[in-house]
Amino acid sequence: MPDGAVPVLDVKNLKTVFRTRAGDIHAVNSVSFSLKPGELLGVVGESGSGKSVTMMSLLGLLPSPPAEVREGEVLLSGRDLLKATPEGLRKVRGREVGFVFQDPMTSLNPVFTVGFQIMEPLRKHMGMDRKRARDRAVELLELVGIPDARRRLKDFPHQFSGGMRQRVMIAIALACDPKVLIADEPTTALDVTIQAQILELVKELRQRLGMAIIWITHDLGVIAGIADRVAVMYGGQIVEHGPVREVFADAAHPYTRALLQTVPKLREPRADKLRVIEGQPPILGRQPTACPFRARCPHVFDRCHRENPPRRPIGNDHDTACFWNHRTGNPI
Amino acid sequence: MFTYTLRRLAFAVPTVLVISLIVFLMLDMAPGDPTASLPLTIPPEVREQIRAALGLGEPVIVRYFRWLQMMAVTEPLHMIAAATGWDIAPAGPRILSWQTRSPVGDIIIQRIPQTLWVVGLGYLFGILIAVPIGVISAYKQYSWFDQIGTFVSMVGFSVPTFFTGVVFILIFSVWLGWFPSMYDTTLRVTDWDSFMRQVRQIVMPVAVLALFNASQISRFMRASMLDNLNQDYVRTARAKGLREQTVVLVHVLRNSMIPVVTVIAIGIPTVFTGAIITEQIFRVNGLGDALIRAIYVSDWPMVQTITFIFAILIVLFNLIADVLYGILDPRIRYD
Repeated sequence: MPDGAVPVLDVKNLKTVFRTRAGDIHAVNSVSFSLKPGELLGVVGESGSGKSVTMMSLLGLLPSPPAEVREGEVLLSGRDLLKATPEGLRKVRGREVGFVFQDPMTSLNPVFTVGFQIMEPLRKHMGMDRKRARDRAVELLELVGIPDARRRLKDFPHQFSGGMRQRVMIAIALACDPKVLIADEPTTALDVTIQAQILELVKELRQRLGMAIIWITHDLGVIAGIADRVAVMYGGQIVEHGPVREVFADAAHPYTRALLQTVPKLREPRADKLRVIEGQPPILGRQPTACPFRARCPHVFDRCHRENPPRRPIGNDHDTACFWNHRTGNPI
Repeated sequence: MFTYTLRRLAFAVPTVLVISLIVFLMLDMAPGDPTASLPLTIPPEVREQIRAALGLGEPVIVRYFRWLQMMAVTEPLHMIAAATGWDIAPAGPRILSWQTRSPVGDIIIQRIPQTLWVVGLGYLFGILIAVPIGVISAYKQYSWFDQIGTFVSMVGFSVPTFFTGVVFILIFSVWLGWFPSMYDTTLRVTDWDSFMRQVRQIVMPVAVLALFNASQISRFMRASMLDNLNQDYVRTARAKGLREQTVVLVHVLRNSMIPVVTVIAIGIPTVFTGAIITEQIFRVNGLGDALIRAIYVSDWPMVQTITFIFAILIVLFNLIADVLYGILDPRIRYD
């Protein structure tokens, strides 16, 4: 990865709220990250930490109302998507940014053939005629490793297994050669062996096609295996971010450290109980004015209740949003 | 699918036979005498002869099988012959109406066009109104359009047609004088003028029925659309960069139509049965009107035949609904 390359995607200070009767829920708070061409950024965090909402906000995929992207910039190759018209945004979706979702069993339309669903973006975005779109669809299915591709175009989603359906989803996402692929927990609904196959497939496709990937997951093992950089999200914020090796070897934020400890280890003596992070993630009824992790943090001190820590650099491209210095064990 | 349809058809035969037996026996056991409406001066022995001439002297089981044989073979052939002009009508006895002494098949053939036109159009317009209303209501859930649609369909659904019919007559015939309150079956459409008169007289009964049917179907349509709008595949369709109208009118609507089409198919027999009241109000001499009149004068052959036809239609359209479901939903395979 060439350092200092122009990022293909640059998100600055993104804020998304859900307007409910009970008041606004601040689901994404000042999230900033960037993605260089060909890079794979892993986004981790527990359920409700704002991972998916952040990614859906980028391309206006959240239902509005209740969702509202309030602030920020989403620069895709220098163009701000938040300022784009709905029509302009639509042309970016599927064309420049591909999406793969969590549950392949429900993410494909049950009443249309797989071929129709792959050919749709090709015909709409690329203006291909039926024949060319079909040839390209066959190519795509072969690319994602579906045997007997030409015949399978006529099949319906229910005639594919879960892993095969996720391959079809990936084929749809890749149809128009996007610059960015956003994969929202693409392997969560699959069993482990299929998960490994999909991971291998994505690694291989990335090398072959060279697009940048954002991979959302709550599985740290997956991140360690494929990501270049990792962003850890908690309470709608990025609490730690850095190259994957550094974050795993030298985790700075107490939440990242706790997450790493929850992963069961094969080589260590068997624990009687799985480790957990005590407590519940916060519900963000207000713009946070204190650290969102303070209620569950083992190192909490008075400043954490008064201020929301900003992200501060702690290494090469490595930063964290915490007032506690993990190297000295003292407040900064 | 084909073998499934054949199997279902084969199963439908005993069902229909059982229904025919029940219909026949229930009416046979019902109180009321076909000679009751004749003058009281007729002596009892003549009355007995009349009863015998009507075929009432035979044991019930013999009468049932005779009726069934005529119902299954003779009358359909006569009906087809009357409708097409082919020379296939068999000779021999037919089911005679006690009231008019003419074959029931002929009466039914005379009555069906009125029913089909008035009630069928009411159903058709109901569907045509209901589908877009249901789609828009669901897409713009809780908007003013949806609120008004919900209110109107609640009213249309809960107010019976005999009430809306009378209200329509009061407003549009009595007060405004726009439309005639009675349906004139003898009107023949020959030119523009008679066509316009036909349109005017058909507007109100069709509107009453369309309102009622649209209320029901639009609710189904709305619920089905709402179910589908929140599905994951809709998000996928949007993420592919499809136009919003493609997402809604292709991806969502195609899925939402599956249950609605079956509901519509199952509802088609009610075009005939449910219209009995509307036909009475607007004096449309259709099938429902014939049934009501036959019941008044204990004309059991007529009642038996019309009831039995309704039963066949219900069985048939249930089967059609199931087959349609299999055609529309690729996940369903009956074989």
